[in-house]
Amino acid sequence: MYGEKEIKRIEERRKKWDEEIYRPLVEKRPERLKRFANLSWTEIGPLYTPTDIKDFDYGKRSGNPGEFPYLRGIHSTMYRGRTWTMRQFAGFGTAEETNRRYKYLLEHGETGLSVAFDYPTLYGYDTDHPLARGEFGKCGVAISSLKDMELLFKDIPVDRITTSMTINGPAPIVWAFYIANADNQNIPRSHIGGTIQNDVLKEYIAQKSFIFPPAPSMRLTVDTFEFGFREIPRWNTISISGYHIREAGSTAVQELAFTLADGFAYVKAAMERGMDIDQFAPRLSFFFNAHNDFFEEIAKYRAARRIWANGMKDLGATKQRSMLMRFHTQTAGVSLTAQQPEINLVRVAIQALAAVMGGTQSLHTNSMDEALALPSEKAVRLALRTQQIIEEETGVANTADPLGGSYYLEWLTDRMEEETMRYFDRIEGFGGVVPAIEKGFFQRELAEASYKLQQEYERGERITVGVNKYQMDEKMEIPILRMDERGEEIQLNRLKKLRKDRDNGKMDKALERLRRAAEGDENTMPYILDCVHAYATLGETCQVLRDVFGEYEEPAIF
Amino acid sequence: MEGQIRVLVAKPGLDGHDRGAKIVARALRDAGMEVIYTGIHQTAEMIVNTALQEDVDVVGLSLLSGAHMTLFRDVTEILKERDMGDILVIGGGIIPEEDIPDLKDAGIDGVFGPGTPLEDIVKFIRENVKR
Repeated sequence: MYGEKEIKRIEERRKKWDEEIYRPLVEKRPERLKRFANLSWTEIGPLYTPTDIKDFDYGKRSGNPGEFPYLRGIHSTMYRGRTWTMRQFAGFGTAEETNRRYKYLLEHGETGLSVAFDYPTLYGYDTDHPLARGEFGKCGVAISSLKDMELLFKDIPVDRITTSMTINGPAPIVWAFYIANADNQNIPRSHIGGTIQNDVLKEYIAQKSFIFPPAPSMRLTVDTFEFGFREIPRWNTISISGYHIREAGSTAVQELAFTLADGFAYVKAAMERGMDIDQFAPRLSFFFNAHNDFFEEIAKYRAARRIWANGMKDLGATKQRSMLMRFHTQTAGVSLTAQQPEINLVRVAIQALAAVMGGTQSLHTNSMDEALALPSEKAVRLALRTQQIIEEETGVANTADPLGGSYYLEWLTDRMEEETMRYFDRIEGFGGVVPAIEKGFFQRELAEASYKLQQEYERGERITVGVNKYQMDEKMEIPILRMDERGEEIQLNRLKKLRKDRDNGKMDKALERLRRAAEGDENTMPYILDCVHAYATLGETCQVLRDVFGEYEEPAIF
Repeated sequence: MEGQIRVLVAKPGLDGHDRGAKIVARALRDAGMEVIYTGIHQTAEMIVNTALQEDVDVVGLSLLSGAHMTLFRDVTEILKERDMGDILVIGGGIIPEEDIPDLKDAGIDGVFGPGTPLEDIVKFIRENVKR
């Protein structure tokens, strides 16, 4: 950025400032802390100057927005052209109740949908499965068949709105429900758009809603890549997710490193299948957390784009679209407090601002009541309004990467990239992501980091406002969402009727064909679509795959 | 009191949020207790069986999915059926304030929501363990 002579001059001045002004002052009046550190325990200095980024080559390491390596954003106009998609993750109870919530959100200016499924659905079980006990509709909507999907999107134009679905183990089946719903409305498959999370690697690492062992899981994922490329070109067939890794206890650096390592593992798996990298890479998307340390989060998104672009180029990508990282962001659920829940609004606003400063493509802002229960309608509206204030009132969307070039931010971005590379080496040392999972590497890293951080809060070395400082005894009452109590019964009756009314002979044949495809090496997606079109349920279809692939069990370590 | 307090930390149901359970397990171990962690995806039946085999004094249940009213109660009911009602049962997770009285009626001796200092849990166990 600066010539050698100029850097030398700045270095001398920086040294002089340190010796003559800063140090003497600190000796007289000590600073608030002995050591300042961010949430990844990276020590933060008192001042950053051009000398901290003296190797920063703007052409190679930054470039302009929309230019390789996309440090400053993936579009040349960034939010001046179009702002991010406001996509609130929502789902509870029956398909009908959640359909009403979606319409409410759309009426209030939401621009994309995002489906939260309940636990049985996430594990590929129907509502009437014994393990579904107590879980119906609790932390998402229950979707057991195409019938439920039809009700979930009733009167919502799936050819004009994009939908993100947080589903992993049974992602191919739930995606098939969505496709079949469009098929039945005669909407061409090329007109529907959205995202399935479909990131099984992070399930073993963090979120834990895995079903099958890693190898068949990876095979199903690549099946969706292939099918998406052939038939549903506007669909993001995966959302490679750091969000859950962070929520499960990682640092920001670990979130960055493990997510990107997962991303490259999927790329290599698809290439091993014989796919051309430029066929599937444009439909890979990412999902990150927005946590409390403002600059660390912004640096994380920027570093992610640069590492991804360079890595994809090295793997042989030639299309621009294959190298740019598009990502969704959600504010940190784990940072919300049950104490003084209203102050969560403020936390969320700051976290959301970091995501926007980092150039996110879509954003979910958490509701203030989520440390207590599913969000109420009012809490969700306030969360959405937070995004609208950032968009309409603050002016931060007027220029691309407004903090780019900050000495501190660029230093931190470089530093996070270096630490990520060190993690890549360690993962490579295990033989890749899957062997590292099998040896418990990620799980141990997360458990260590989260316990260490928790102890610092316990000792009062770190502060959570309202929890270990500025506490209040008085209870703050906020309304809690209550669901339709008859919901489970409605759902159970619907399932019973479905099993009676459908052509069971036709369905059995479709399931049998899927079994044969799964046992062989054909792409399973067309067979899964045949099953769901014949109204086979999620549980029935998933059971076929369970029989063929087996189930994964995690060792219990803490 | 003789010997270490034995605690089973358990994750009932399908919920995979295990950060809290693991942190509590480590904190109890660091506080000198003998801790057994079940891992995720446990039925009430499995939890009670482990509690019996491991001869524990305390069962700590962690659930963030919202199914606590059903799944916590399942555990205490089976414990009662098997004459293991003297085991101290505590729970934590995303639990609305208004559910706490019902949980206590169902035999959950202590409920610890987000933001609870780990020390409070240690202290509660030491003061209330029934042996």
